[in-house]
Amino acid sequence: MIYLTRRCEFSASHYYHNPAFTAEENQRVFGKCANLNGHGHNYTLEVTVKGEVDSTTGFVLDLKQLKDVLSDEVVEAMDHRHLNKEVPEFANRIPTAENLAIAIWNRLKVKLKSAQLHRVRVYEMAELFVDYYGEE
Amino acid sequence: MKAHLTRRYVIAASHRLHSDQLSEAENRLTYGKCNNPYGHGHNYAVEVTVSGQVSPSTGMICNLAEIDECFRREIMERFDHQNLNTRPEFADCVPTTENLAAVIFDILKREFRAAHLEKVRIEETQNNSFEYCGDAEQLQ
Repeated sequence: MIYLTRRCEFSASHYYHNPAFTAEENQRVFGKCANLNGHGHNYTLEVTVKGEVDSTTGFVLDLKQLKDVLSDEVVEAMDHRHLNKEVPEFANRIPTAENLAIAIWNRLKVKLKSAQLHRVRVYEMAELFVDYYGEE
Repeated sequence: MKAHLTRRYVIAASHRLHSDQLSEAENRLTYGKCNNPYGHGHNYAVEVTVSGQVSPSTGMICNLAEIDECFRREIMERFDHQNLNTRPEFADCVPTTENLAAVIFDILKREFRAAHLEKVRIEETQNNSFEYCGDAEQLQ
C-alpha cells in the first residue's frame, strides 16, 4: 500500500455563529471568532490517498486527476470566498477547521475513482490543523 | 463524526543527557556532546493531537481555549525557560526528548478531559522529532 499526499492552498473568510445560542453564548463559546464581520485565513489543505501501485503506469492514481478534482472542488469553490456565505455546506453548519475537513472529505470522496481517500488535513494556520479519516 | 485536532506550542528549555547508571566514559560515548556538563538548550515544538466527535452545535471537537489554557498551566509553567534536569519529573529519568514526550503526554492525559488525547509529538530540532501515544495506544 502506498500513501500519496498532495497539498494546495486557499484563502477564505469566515465567522462562528450558532443561531441557537444567545449573543452572550456565541461570544463565550467562540470568542473573537464570533465577530460577525468575519476574519480570514490562508488555509493549507493536504489530501492523502492510498492504493496499490499500478504495474503499467507506476501510479497510485493519476496526479492530474487529483489536481483537477482539488481545483474544482476546493480552490474554485472556496478560494477568496466567504465560507459562511458562499459554500453551501456552511449555510447551516459552523465553518470550523473540523467541519471544513469533513466537508472537503465529502466532496473528494465522491470524485476520486481510482484511489481510496485516506486523510484530509486542513491547516488553519501553522500552529493548528485538523485531520479527518472519514467515518471511523 | 470523529476528527483529530493538532495544536502546536513552543517551549524553550535546557537539558543535559547523563545517566547515573553509566560511567563517565559510557555517558560520553552514549550521549556525545549532549553530555556536556553545562548542558544546552532547544526550542522544542510540541504538537498535541486530540480527537473526538465534532459537536453539531459548535462545529468543534473541543474548545481550543481550553487546550491552550491547560497547556499553559500544566506544561509551560513547568518546563518553559527551565532546566529540565532540575525538574522533579526528571529526577529518575534522563530528559531525552523521548522521555519529555512521555512526561507531557502523561500530564495532559491526567489534566485534559475535554477530548481524547491521541498523541504528543515533539520536534527537538528541525531534523529530530519524537512521538508518544501512550503505552496502550497505536499510531494511526
